[in-house]
Amino acid sequence: MITLTGVSTDQHSVTEPGGARTLVLEGVSKRFPTGTVALTDVSLGLGPGDFVTVVGPSGCGKSTLLRLASGLERATAGSIDVRAASTSYVFQDATLLEWRSAARNVELVGELRGESKAERRKRAQEALDLVGLTGFESQHPRQLSGGMRMRVSLARALVAEPELALFDEPFGALDEITRLDMQTELQKLFRLKRFAGLFITHSVSEAVYLSTKVLVMSGRPGRIVAEIPVPWDYPRAPDLRHTAEFAALTGRVSHTLGEHS
Amino acid sequence: MTAPRVAQADAPLLSEPGEPRAAAGPDAPGPWWRTALVRSVPILGALLGIAIVWYAVTYLALPANQRFLLPPPHEVFGETLTNARVMGPMAAALGRTFGVTVVGLVIAVVLGIAYAVVMSQWRIAERVLYPYAVILQTIPILALVPLIGIWLGYGFPARVVVCVIIAVFPMIANTLFGLQSASPAAHDLFTLKKASRWQRLRKLQFPAAVPSIFTGLRNAAGLAVIGAIVGDYFFQQGAVGIGGLLRVYTERLQIDALLVAVTLTALFGVLVFSVFAVLDRAVVGRWYGHTGR
Ligand SMILES: Nc1ncnc2c1ncn2[C@@H]1O[C@H](COP(=O)(O)OP(=O)(O)OP(=O)(O)O)[C@@H](O)[C@H]1O
Ligand SMILES: [Mg+2]
Repeated sequence: MITLTGVSTDQHSVTEPGGARTLVLEGVSKRFPTGTVALTDVSLGLGPGDFVTVVGPSGCGKSTLLRLASGLERATAGSIDVRAASTSYVFQDATLLEWRSAARNVELVGELRGESKAERRKRAQEALDLVGLTGFESQHPRQLSGGMRMRVSLARALVAEPELALFDEPFGALDEITRLDMQTELQKLFRLKRFAGLFITHSVSEAVYLSTKVLVMSGRPGRIVAEIPVPWDYPRAPDLRHTAEFAALTGRVSHTLGEHS
Repeated sequence: MTAPRVAQADAPLLSEPGEPRAAAGPDAPGPWWRTALVRSVPILGALLGIAIVWYAVTYLALPANQRFLLPPPHEVFGETLTNARVMGPMAAALGRTFGVTVVGLVIAVVLGIAYAVVMSQWRIAERVLYPYAVILQTIPILALVPLIGIWLGYGFPARVVVCVIIAVFPMIANTLFGLQSASPAAHDLFTLKKASRWQRLRKLQFPAAVPSIFTGLRNAAGLAVIGAIVGDYFFQQGAVGIGGLLRVYTERLQIDALLVAVTLTALFGVLVFSVFAVLDRAVVGRWYGHTGR
């Protein structure tokens, strides 16, 4: 665990020293074969009950960070340690299979794992109920709104019972109202499931509202320049966003972001 | 340090997004024959248009002493269609051509899909195999047909080969395009879930290719008809199909029979094309969950 800024930490932003860590990156750098250096010397650690959001200027290597953490890309330096029986990845667009109904999209995870039909049906239904899509099981993606497609995508992530959940700007393409809605729901789900979450976003308010800790990245090559803990317990009321404390914290994140862009 | 607690902490976890949307579009899904009937209206309209032009040419453009060049439709069809000596061989020939078309199309479809699947699995396979497909497409088929006749004889197999050569390319190209159409993110999803090559093909690439495969099928079907007729037209030996008859009628200046044969051939092509157009609509529409349209 590397603390880059001298800020105090509370019970949410840190797990006990030596405790179970779900994801640990130490001194990770990524240089693409094209020569682009996307990340330099990034270190972070998260465990169950941590929900870490990452904000940073466009192109600073945020997606690369997630791809490294998920194993889709290899680091060129440093070490990445994942101790999760199951990892889920939520993409920016919902990335649903258009020819499958909502339920069958969620069932895909069980199919690839070789679960029995009855088992994966049951689990898919539970996940869809959890994200509020009861009654929409047989609808195909083209018949669903953008927000509902993202719910299916969340259900597909949850059905894997992830210990580590990675989110790459999942709400970036949604309209403002739907976006706030989805934020409220995601943190409720987080309270329920307590996975270790790593969430990329462009929105400072989204970063603060959702997380136990906000990481601020510099422009390319990306590195983590600040680590700002967020104190509030879950579930968080939507109105939290209108409080003075919230404004103070988002102000601090924005300021740090501005200094390093 | 604990700020605003949530009052409605244990309200239902997620809000309801509203009623399920109705699945159907404006045109409710009828039985398949209704769809077929509705869709054939434009074709019937086109036939009517052709008949009108035909009459106009016969009676308005041609002087009376040259009218034998294009007798009016009612004479052509009235006399020829009831003439068993002409219609018997013509029906038999059409049957043979139909056989070649169907077998050629089936082979082209199976071969084309298999070829594309192999290419989609290994980049090197695509590099090595694609040029052959392109060569097959660009080679002057008319130069090849006599050779095929010499090598394979003039029977059914040679005709099927000509048909396959002409019809297979759109199958290969469309299937490959479809297999490669899944988004990089969808591929990432399968990679993260540790999907096997077979699972990726069966659950991602192939389903993503279904609409393109049907596009390929429609094109291949049209070309299979042409392929069967071309082979037949150029093979001057062996049992004649409708292509062979076209040549015979032309040589003997049997204008009536020629016109009937051309008409039947065209109708045959339209029929094959329509069958696949209807199939395409039905399957691909359902593929994305809409009914009808
Ligand atoms: N496969 C790749 N090959 C070469 N360069 C790449 C590759 N993937 C990303 N990059 C480069 O690495 C840098 C970081 O990319 P990345 O997608 O991680 O940024 P990001 O922070 O997610 O940006 P955004 O906020 O716009 O999503 C960019 O300059 C990008 O062009
Ligand atoms: Mg990105």
